[in-house]
Amino acid sequence: MHPAPSVIIFTTLSGLGFGLFMWLGLGTPDVTGMPAFAWFFVAYALSTGGLIASTFHLGNPKNAIYAFSQWRTSWLSREGIMAVVTLFTFAPFAIGKIFLGVTWPLLGNLGTLFAVITVFTTSMMYAQLKTVPRWNMFPLIPVLFELYAIAGGALLAGEARIAGWLILAVTVLQIITWMAGDKKYATLATNKGTATGLGRFGKVRMLESGHTARSYVMDEMVHLIGRKHAHKLRAIATILIGVLPALMLLLLPATKPVILLAVASHVIGVTAGRWLFFAEAEHVVGMYSARG
Amino acid sequence: MTALPKTTRKKLGLVIDLDTCVGCHGCVTACKGWNTQNYGAPLSDIDPYGADPSGTFLNRVFSYEVAPDDGGAAQTIHFPRSCLHCEDAPCVTVCPTGASYKRAEDGIVLVNEDRCIGCGLCAWACPYGARELDQLAGVMKKCTLCVDRIYNENLPEEDRVPACVRTCPAGARHFGDLGDPESEVSKLVASRETVDLMPEQGTRPVNTYLAPRPKDRMGRDAAELKPVATEAKGFLGWLDKALEKI
Repeated sequence: MHPAPSVIIFTTLSGLGFGLFMWLGLGTPDVTGMPAFAWFFVAYALSTGGLIASTFHLGNPKNAIYAFSQWRTSWLSREGIMAVVTLFTFAPFAIGKIFLGVTWPLLGNLGTLFAVITVFTTSMMYAQLKTVPRWNMFPLIPVLFELYAIAGGALLAGEARIAGWLILAVTVLQIITWMAGDKKYATLATNKGTATGLGRFGKVRMLESGHTARSYVMDEMVHLIGRKHAHKLRAIATILIGVLPALMLLLLPATKPVILLAVASHVIGVTAGRWLFFAEAEHVVGMYSARG
Repeated sequence: MTALPKTTRKKLGLVIDLDTCVGCHGCVTACKGWNTQNYGAPLSDIDPYGADPSGTFLNRVFSYEVAPDDGGAAQTIHFPRSCLHCEDAPCVTVCPTGASYKRAEDGIVLVNEDRCIGCGLCAWACPYGARELDQLAGVMKKCTLCVDRIYNENLPEEDRVPACVRTCPAGARHFGDLGDPESEVSKLVASRETVDLMPEQGTRPVNTYLAPRPKDRMGRDAAELKPVATEAKGFLGWLDKALEKI
C-alpha cells in the first residue's frame, strides 16, 4: 500500500494524542491550573493535528460532514464520530482542571473509555480489510494499536517506569505482528490462479498489462518502493520505538531530558514503523499484475 | 446508507466470455468515451501527451498466459476487468459518507459523487482493482453498468445496454439479469463452464466470466512428430562430415 505521509502522520500523532488522553482521564498526571493546560494542549495538539493531517489525502474534503453519517456499517465513520465525541468529552474535563482547579473523575474516566474506543476504531479501519492480509489480523492489530497508544501516552504523561515496561511490551508485540504478517502472506490462499480463476487450467502468468502508463490502482495499492530495505527498517524501528527508550526509562533517573529524549526516539521509531505498516502491506489486487 | 440490501429485485450484470474475447480493448475505449461524456465527473487524463501520462478507466483488459500442468500448449487469455457488482460488496460497507451504495432494485453498485470525500477506502476494500479515484475531480469512479444507457428511453432499444457490450466486435460481452434464471444471460451461463475471481474473498460477484475452452494439446500427439531423419545426406552430409574433421 502507498505509504502516504498524511496517513502515517495521522496514525502516529493521533495514536499518541488519544493515548495521552487515556492517562489524563484517569488523573495521571494529577495536575491543575497551568500545568494541566500544558498537558491538555499537547493531547489536543497531537490528536487534532493527526486528524487534520488525515484530511490531506482526501480528494474531495468539502463533503467531509457526511463522514459522520454511516456509523452503522463503516469503521471510518465510527472513527470520525468517536474522535469528535472524545475531544468534546475532554473539553469540560480540561476546563474544570485548568480554570476551576477541580477534577470530575467520572467525566475523565468516560473520556478515557472513549479514547480507547477511538483508537480501536482506527485499528479496525485497517484490520477489517480482507484485501490486505497483513492488516486483516484480529485481534492482533487492534491490540497493537491500543498498546502503542497506552505506552506512548504513559511516556507523554511522564510516567517513566510504567512507560518503560509498556514500551518494552509494545516492541515485543510489534515484532510478533511483523512475524505473523510474514507468515500470513506466505501462506495466503490467493494467487494468480485464484485471482483470474484460471488456476485450474494451468500455471497463470501475466502476459500484458491493461495499461502501459501508471494507474491509480498500481500507485495506491501495488506499491513496492522500500520493501527492499524492509528488514533493515524493522531493526531500526525496533531500536527507536522500544529498545532505546525502554533502556533509558528503566535504567536512567526520570529527569526531563531523559523523558524528552525517549519521546523523540519513540516518535521517530513509531513513524518508521507506520511507514512499514503501509509500505510492507501487500494488496491482493497485485495478483492481477506481474508484480504481485 | 452503506448497508447492503439483503436481496435485490434484479441482479443486473455482465457475462464476459474469456473464450471469445480477442483483447482488442474496444470495450475500454467505448467505456471511457461514454462515461467521460455522460453521467458524473468525466474520466480525466493527466498529462496525456507528456512523458508521464495516466488516466481514469473503469475497465481495463489484461492478458494472461495459462500453461497447462501436463505440458500442453499454453493459451493466451484476454481478461477484461471491471466492477463485478458483488452481492457482498466490501466497497459499499466501508464507505463513511454513504456515497457508495448498492441499489435494491437492480443490484448496481454506484457512487454518489455529491457525497464522496475521495478517501479511497472503498478502493482499498475492493479485491478486483475496480475503483479508481479520479485525480482531477477527486471523487471515486467505477463502472455504473451504464445506468444512464440501460434505462434511457431516448436511445434506440438496441443501444440500451452498457457501452462495452454494445461495442464488443467479438460478441464476448453480454448484459442482462443474472437473478432471473430464464434470462438470456442466465441460460448462457448455465450452458457453459465459468471461472470465479478470488472466491476466497467472499464477495459473491454478479458479473460472470465464462471459462476458455481447452485448445489443442500438442503433447498428446508428440509421438507422431518423431524426427524423420537423423543422418544428413547429399551436399549437407558431405558438409557435415567435412566440418567434423576440422
